[in-house]
Amino acid sequence: MSAQSSAHSAPLRWISRLGEATVHGVTELGFASVLLGQSLFWLLLGRQRRQPVRLSAMAAQAMEIGVLALPIVSVLALTIGAMLAIQGIYTLRMFGAESRVTLGVALSVTREFSPLITGILVAGRSGSALAARLGTMKISQEVDALTVMGINPVRYLVAPALVATVVMLPLLTLWADLVALLGAGLYASVELGISLSAFAQDTLAALHPNDLLHGLGKALLFAVLIVMVGVVNGAMVTGGAEGVGRMTTRSVVHGIAAIVITDMLFAFVLTR
Amino acid sequence: MSTESVIAVESLVTHYGSRQILKNVSLEVRAGEILVIMGGSGSGKSTLLNHLLGLLRPTSGNVHILGQDINTIPDIELTLLRQKIGVAFQGGALFSSLSVLENILLPLREHTRLDRMTMEIMARLKMEVVNLAGFDALMPAELSGGMIKRAALARAIVMDPRILFCDEPSAGLDPVVAAQIDDLILDLRDAMAMSVVVVTHELDSAFKIADRICVLDQGEILAIGSVPEIRAHPNERIQNLLNRRVKPVDLDPEEYLRRLTGGRL
Repeated sequence: MSAQSSAHSAPLRWISRLGEATVHGVTELGFASVLLGQSLFWLLLGRQRRQPVRLSAMAAQAMEIGVLALPIVSVLALTIGAMLAIQGIYTLRMFGAESRVTLGVALSVTREFSPLITGILVAGRSGSALAARLGTMKISQEVDALTVMGINPVRYLVAPALVATVVMLPLLTLWADLVALLGAGLYASVELGISLSAFAQDTLAALHPNDLLHGLGKALLFAVLIVMVGVVNGAMVTGGAEGVGRMTTRSVVHGIAAIVITDMLFAFVLTR
Repeated sequence: MSTESVIAVESLVTHYGSRQILKNVSLEVRAGEILVIMGGSGSGKSTLLNHLLGLLRPTSGNVHILGQDINTIPDIELTLLRQKIGVAFQGGALFSSLSVLENILLPLREHTRLDRMTMEIMARLKMEVVNLAGFDALMPAELSGGMIKRAALARAIVMDPRILFCDEPSAGLDPVVAAQIDDLILDLRDAMAMSVVVVTHELDSAFKIADRICVLDQGEILAIGSVPEIRAHPNERIQNLLNRRVKPVDLDPEEYLRRLTGGRL
């Protein structure tokens, strides 16, 4: 009898867990939407309500998220560009079409690799920092302190990070485009014996402004995802330092997963 | 001290899930008085403080701060109301990325249009009052426990509030520094003519600073009165609390051993 009931209860437990996880996921999604709505509200109406989103806070965040990420974005972009050129030339050589590598590299860098790599990097670097910062502030009552001072925490902590990321991620992506193409050009010029300027001209001829906009549009979307995932995880921290660590890791994993899935959906909708 | 009421709590009831945390709590705080909310761990005093600060919404009942219901007033008025109260949290809740001076300046920067120099003069004045002059540039991580409490107090009073809330102001401090913080709270009340609500489990501190004490136990108010009234109160639970009497542990060693080993011994 007991063996039978445990056999019955196992699938039931599984369904129950699935239900709980679904409810939890929908709750988080709702929470993220509310935070996004509130951030936009404070950005638009903060000044009227005598609680403006400070330019200095946005600039500080932009410095942290964007400018300080330039070296690592440059290194990764240069590497990815060269890697694409290596693989592209190797593949196209089978058809004797290695001179067409410019087209493949230009499109894949601007439409796919730059926004994706920059997004993943910023999620790992700044999304996690945001989650850790908010989580620590929550458990040390700093968020409560802001509230009782009459300073809305969303206006003070979330809105500046949102603006900074939305501005800086597309700019970083644009920079990554340039550096990745430079990396590809340097390799191609050595391997194929073409000059850098010829590579640049071929690239410009191959690219349409829509390709750049496709990549930048993705970067904009990734920026919102990174901030919202970071903030939601930070705001849900409980249980001290261990909780901060757990939610910081979760924010990186969720942020990167959200970026990759959104990237596929974006490509599916706009590329076919 | 006047009889004008600055805080009025009426029939406050709070549940966490099925657990009742506060049971029909009613109290008032009069202008210019120091009311100490005293109780042991789990008595509901932190929950009550969160209600007074508008950080929690009650299941039923209401909280009026300076005549306004903190749970129903519009956001803009709530922001203005919050500028009239100051809060010193138990752990200080200083912003770790800002220096001591920047922490104290923050409410001024956010709520006033004063120029930087005037704000700094006001902030430094408050630092002088709490005996923290000269520590402007230190970061919160560099402060001792007593200094954190002082900095939190300076930030709480920088807008010259009408009500000051202190959560466990002397907890975790050695007796000398704890006594200094108690004296500071008394001095601040006298100098700034404000009402003070102190939440504490420290009896010595409560008896030293309180005009009235509200004794909270298991979510209900056992008594509110002056220090002599509370000391002489006939309620057994109050006397247990005041005399630090703990409930004797009812434990049968053999039964405990049997449960521990699952009856295998």
